[in-house]
Amino acid sequence: MQITITVNGKPHTHEVEPRTSLALFLRETLDLTGTHIGCDTSSCGACTVHLDGAAVKSCTLLAVQADGLKVTTIEGMANGNEMHPIQAAFKEHHGLQCGFCTPGMVMTAANILKENPAPSEDEIRHGLEGNFCRCTGYHNIVKSIQHAAGTLNA
Amino acid sequence: MIPAKFDYKKVSSISEALELLAKHGDDAKLLAGGHSLIPAMKLRLNQPEILIDISQIAGMNTIKMDGDEIVIGANCTHHQILTSDVVKQNAKMLTEVAKMIGDIQVRNRGTIGGSLAHSDPSADWPASVLAADAKIEVEGKSGERTIAATDFFQGIFTTALEDDEIITAIRFPKIADGNYQKFFQSASRFAIAGVAVIKFGGKVRVGVTGVSDTPYRASAVEAAYDGTSSAAALAVDGVEVMSDHFAGEEYRSHLAKVLVKKALES
Ligand SMILES: Cc1cc2nc3c(=O)[nH]c(=O)nc-3n(C[C@H](O)[C@H](O)[C@H](O)COP(=O)(O)OP(=O)(O)OC[C@H]3O[C@@H](n4cnc5c(N)ncnc54)[C@H](O)[C@@H]3O)c2cc1C
Ligand code: FES
Ligand code: FES
Repeated sequence: MQITITVNGKPHTHEVEPRTSLALFLRETLDLTGTHIGCDTSSCGACTVHLDGAAVKSCTLLAVQADGLKVTTIEGMANGNEMHPIQAAFKEHHGLQCGFCTPGMVMTAANILKENPAPSEDEIRHGLEGNFCRCTGYHNIVKSIQHAAGTLNA
Repeated sequence: MIPAKFDYKKVSSISEALELLAKHGDDAKLLAGGHSLIPAMKLRLNQPEILIDISQIAGMNTIKMDGDEIVIGANCTHHQILTSDVVKQNAKMLTEVAKMIGDIQVRNRGTIGGSLAHSDPSADWPASVLAADAKIEVEGKSGERTIAATDFFQGIFTTALEDDEIITAIRFPKIADGNYQKFFQSASRFAIAGVAVIKFGGKVRVGVTGVSDTPYRASAVEAAYDGTSSAAALAVDGVEVMSDHFAGEEYRSHLAKVLVKKALES
């Protein structure tokens, strides 16, 4: 069926099978491979994008469910060559090692900070319950988000 | 993991959904947040031929007071309930329950109606729905009806809902003194045991989820309640306790008693 999804501000109209996940649609139809698929079972959070501003796991959403809605992916976070403050904080504070979980972490972090601009360490850790990282031990991810909160509030 | 093929239809009214349900019978499935159904379809445990997306039906995603009752539309997400002032002011326990479901992303998609209809034995809402003696409002071909919480849950993934019925809303009384205690399955964050206790006029109502294949009211605890937490010892009286690779029967029974005790003491 034909759907139109506004991705990172630009409307995209495509023919899709209803069983196509939003994650596959983004990666394979739109070639936006920043959204990663880790578990494909709604556990790891690597596929997190924003749907009408809210963080969702795009592996567990059908592209047809997003028809008519707005999606933001990691590719939509930077402003041209200027990284989003959350991305800059991950770079500065070593919030990533292999980087596989990072797009999802950044998108979830944006949701955490939108609802709670000055979260405690505990609130950040709870906020990341749906995002797994196999490399960093989370420590620097939490630190990055704390610093990003500081920049965004400055 | 890609589900088997199906057709998809987004409906804008309850009557449109009911018409499609009547037309397609067993081949159709309602889709709300999709956070129970889509995983099951990817595993091909469920292969509906048509999905009827009810998530955009106007009026099914509001939270409002009706007299002394809080009416939560079936399509309200866990996140909507968590952040609702109406809920916070009139039934703070439900705010706390919503906070403990899944993670941010799951709460942004999963709905209370979907959770009740799916009736996963480890889901959180059933404990509070039972303890609050809430009413489940449904609409079907033959009209509207209200199902009492105690009649709603009938077994593992089984409810009193007919195939051609939709949950439209859940009606909760105000909850002045309620408490929810949960022991998390650490990977999925579902409840290995979850206990909701509501105290009123020297009495209690106790709803338990995760412990048996059907959520239940701990009537033995309610009858023996004497203002202390000693009745917690009766948490699994007359109940067949589940056993799985996360928690055996003995451990689950122990958790149920501990959580009832904590909830009674809170
Ligand atoms: C990673 C993960 C973690 C989770 N953790 C928890 C947790 O800790 N606690 C917990 O309780 N749940 C948890 N869940 C489940 C989550 O809350 C689900 O979203 C919820 O149980 C189902 O709601 P849904 O809107 O997604 O329903 P769907 O998946 O859309 O539907 C589920 C079933 O209900 C039917 N249905 C949906 N809406 C209606 C309606 N209005 N009337 C009649 N039938 C309807 C559908 O046909 C389907 O059979 C988790 C899910 C995931 C993926
Ligand atoms: S790929 Fe979606 S949650 Fe892991
Ligand atoms: S940086 Fe490798 S998984 Fe997180």
